[in-house]
Amino acid sequence: MADVALLTTSDGRPLAQALVQAQARARRRAFFLVLPLLLFVIFSFILPIGQMLHRSVYNDGFSASAPELGAWFAQNPASTPPDEAAFAALAADLANMQANRLAGEAGTRINYVIPETRSLFTRTARDAKNLTPPYQAALLAVDPKWGDPALWQAMRAASSAYTLDFYLVSADFQRTADGSIERVDENRQIYIALFVKTFILSAIITVLCLLIAFPVAHLLATLPMAKANLLMILVLLPFWTSLLVRTTSWMALLQGEGVINDLLVWIGAIAEDGRLRMINNQTGTIIVMTHILLPFMILPLYSVMKVIPPSYARAARSLGATSWTTFRRIYLPQTLPGVAAGSLLVFILAVGYYITPALVGGADGQLISNLIDFHMDRSNWSMAAALSAMLLVGVLILYWLYDRLVGIDRLKLG
Amino acid sequence: MQKSYDGVSLVVKDLNLTIAKGEFLTMLGPSGSGKTTCLMMLAGFETATSGEIRLDGRPINQVPPHKRGIGMVFQNYALFPHMTVGENLSFPLEVRGMSKSDREAKIKRALDMVQMGNFISRRPAQLSGGQQQRIALARALVFDPALVLMDEPLGALDKQLREHMQFEIKHLHDSLGITVVYVTHDQGEALTMSDRVAVFNDGRIQQLAPPADLYERPDNSFVAGFIGENNKLLGTIEDLNGDKALVRLRTGELIDATAVNIKEKGQQTLVSIRPERVEFKPEMMPQGAHTIDAEVVEMIYMGDILRAVLRVAGVDDFVMKMRNTLGQTKLTPGQKIKVGWHPQDARALDP
Repeated sequence: MADVALLTTSDGRPLAQALVQAQARARRRAFFLVLPLLLFVIFSFILPIGQMLHRSVYNDGFSASAPELGAWFAQNPASTPPDEAAFAALAADLANMQANRLAGEAGTRINYVIPETRSLFTRTARDAKNLTPPYQAALLAVDPKWGDPALWQAMRAASSAYTLDFYLVSADFQRTADGSIERVDENRQIYIALFVKTFILSAIITVLCLLIAFPVAHLLATLPMAKANLLMILVLLPFWTSLLVRTTSWMALLQGEGVINDLLVWIGAIAEDGRLRMINNQTGTIIVMTHILLPFMILPLYSVMKVIPPSYARAARSLGATSWTTFRRIYLPQTLPGVAAGSLLVFILAVGYYITPALVGGADGQLISNLIDFHMDRSNWSMAAALSAMLLVGVLILYWLYDRLVGIDRLKLG
Repeated sequence: MQKSYDGVSLVVKDLNLTIAKGEFLTMLGPSGSGKTTCLMMLAGFETATSGEIRLDGRPINQVPPHKRGIGMVFQNYALFPHMTVGENLSFPLEVRGMSKSDREAKIKRALDMVQMGNFISRRPAQLSGGQQQRIALARALVFDPALVLMDEPLGALDKQLREHMQFEIKHLHDSLGITVVYVTHDQGEALTMSDRVAVFNDGRIQQLAPPADLYERPDNSFVAGFIGENNKLLGTIEDLNGDKALVRLRTGELIDATAVNIKEKGQQTLVSIRPERVEFKPEMMPQGAHTIDAEVVEMIYMGDILRAVLRVAGVDDFVMKMRNTLGQTKLTPGQKIKVGWHPQDARALDP
C-alpha cells in the first residue's frame, strides 16, 4: 500500500535491501557447500539420463550416410512415389556407404522398423559403384524389395536423425507404406506384452513380499530388544551377501535335482518323475526375487511399526474390539505409510531388475530389463534407450499415483 | 491375587481388595510398586499368576479384555490418530453393533459431557493435551461402562490444567455414578479426588483408607513418609499402655506418642509428626504434654506459611510450619525454643 512508509534500518537503508545483503553471504556459503554434491548429481545422474532420453529419439545411422537421399526427401513431399532421381540418389548413397563402410550401420537403422533389411543394404552396397542408369531398374534387378513403398517410407523417416520410430517399435507399432501408424501383427508383438508381464510379475512379487514381510516386521517391532536384534541380523544377512551368491544358492535349492525336489521326493510328496520345475521359468523369477527384495519391504514396515505404541491396541481392546477388529481398524491403517513405502520400493526395484531373471528366469521368466540388455549387447542404443525411457515413465506414473493416494511426505523408508 | 512376570519374583505380592459400586478408588504409589500391573490385570491385559478377579460377583480372569466392558483412559490418551474425534468415539459403539442414529446420539452426549461438542470432526493431532484428555475420557465413557480405569491420565498435563481436570473427572464421577479405579503417583491428586486411596509399595497395599485417614493416621512409616511432609524421630518404646506410648528418643528426651503398629516395650520405633501439627507456643500445647528443646536452624518465608527448620533431638531437618498470621512470632536462626504436639499427632510406627 502506498500510504505505508517503507521501513528502513537505523542508518536509512530500506529494510528489504538490507535483509538481502545480510543474507547474501550466508546464501553464497550454502551454495558453495552443496556445489560438489550438485556437480556429482549433474554428472552422474542428470546427464546420463538426459543422454539416454536423447538417444531414444536421435539416431543418425542412416541420415548421416545418406545425404543425397535426404536431399531428395526434403524436396519431395511424403506422398511422392520414388522416381528415377530418388533411385539415383539411393545408388549414389549406397556407393558412398560402401566406400566408408557405413552400409551396415545404415541398414541397422532401417532394420529396426523393417526387419531383414540390414542384409539388403550391405548386399546392394557391395556392388553399388557398378550400377548404371536407369537406377530404378538396376536396383530392382538387384532386389525387388527396393520397390517396397514401406521401405521408402522407413528411409524417409530415417533421413532425419530425430525420430519417434524407436518409441513406435517399443510400443509394438509400425509405419505403413503411406506413412500412417498401425499395430504390428499379433504374433510379432513382443514389447508391450513384456512390459505387461514385467508389471504383473513385479506386482506378484510385491504382494508376496508384503505377505511375508508384514508378520516378520511386526515380530521385529514387538519382540524384546535382544531377540529383535538377532532377528534383524537374520533379515539383513542376505543384504550383506553377494547377489550372485544368493541367486546361485537358490539355483541349488530349486533345480530339478535340487534340495527341495529331493526332499519332496524323499518324503513322498511327489513322485520321482514328477519333480517340480521351479527354476528357469517364471516361478523361479518370482521365488528368488521375492527373497532378494524382502528386506526392502521389511525395513520400511519395521520403521513404521516400531513407533506405533502398544497402547492403541490396548485401547481398542478395552473399547470392546476383538483382536481381529483391532488389527483391521486400528493397527493396519497406521502401518499404511510403511506398506505403501515398502510396496513402492519393492515394485520399482522389481520392475527394473535384471540379474536374477537373467540367471533363473529361463525363457518365460525374462523381464523388460533383459530385453533392454539384449539391445545394448547389440549396440542398439536407441532401442534400449526408448525401452528404458518407457520404463522410466511407467515408474514415474506409479510414483505420481502413490503421491496422489498416500502422499509422498508420508513415505517412510527406515 | 498375585502376579509374577518372570517366575522368580512377585510384582504384586498380595492384593486383596473390594471396590464398592460407585466408588472412586485411587491406587497410589511410587513407580514400580505394582499399581499399574494391578490395573492391567483388571483390564485384562495381564493375567493374574494366582488368585481371582470378580466383577459383579462374576469371575473375569478368563474373560478377554474386549468382553469385560471396562472403560479405560490411558496415560498418553491413545486416541487413534487416523480417526477423527467422532470416529474415535464411534469405535466402541460400532464394535457393539449399535445403529447409526443411536451412535450419533451417544457421541453427542458424551462430547457435550466433556464440553467438546464442537470438535467432532477434528483429528487428535489438532487438539491440545487437555482437549485430547477430554476426548479420551469421553471415549472411555461413551459406551456406558460400569467401571472405568484411569492410568495416570493427567500425568502429561501442566499443573493448572491438571488441577482443573481433577475437578472435572471428580464431577463426572459424581454425576454419572460410575466406579472409577484411578492410578497415580501424585499424592495431591489422590487426596483430592478419591473416596478411598490404596497406597502401594513393593507389591502390597500398605494402607487402604479415605484420604483424611491416610494423611492424619498413617498405618506405617512408608505411608507416613510417602504422603505429605513428615518429621521422623527415632527412639525406643519406654512404656506402652493401650495405644499410648512413651518414647525415649536417642538423645534421651521423652515424648508422648500414639502407638500404631508397635507391639512391645523396648522396641525400636519411628515417631512421625506432621510439620503443621508442631507447636512452639506453650498455650497451644495440651496439658501435660512433653516438650523438647529445639534450636532454629533456618526460617523460610513461603507466603502463606512460614517454615522453620529446627534442630530437635539430634535431627537438624525437623520442620515446623507456622501460619503467616498478623502478629505471628518472628523466630530467628539460632533462637532456642521448646516445641511440643498433641500425643495423637505423634504416631509411633515401625522403624
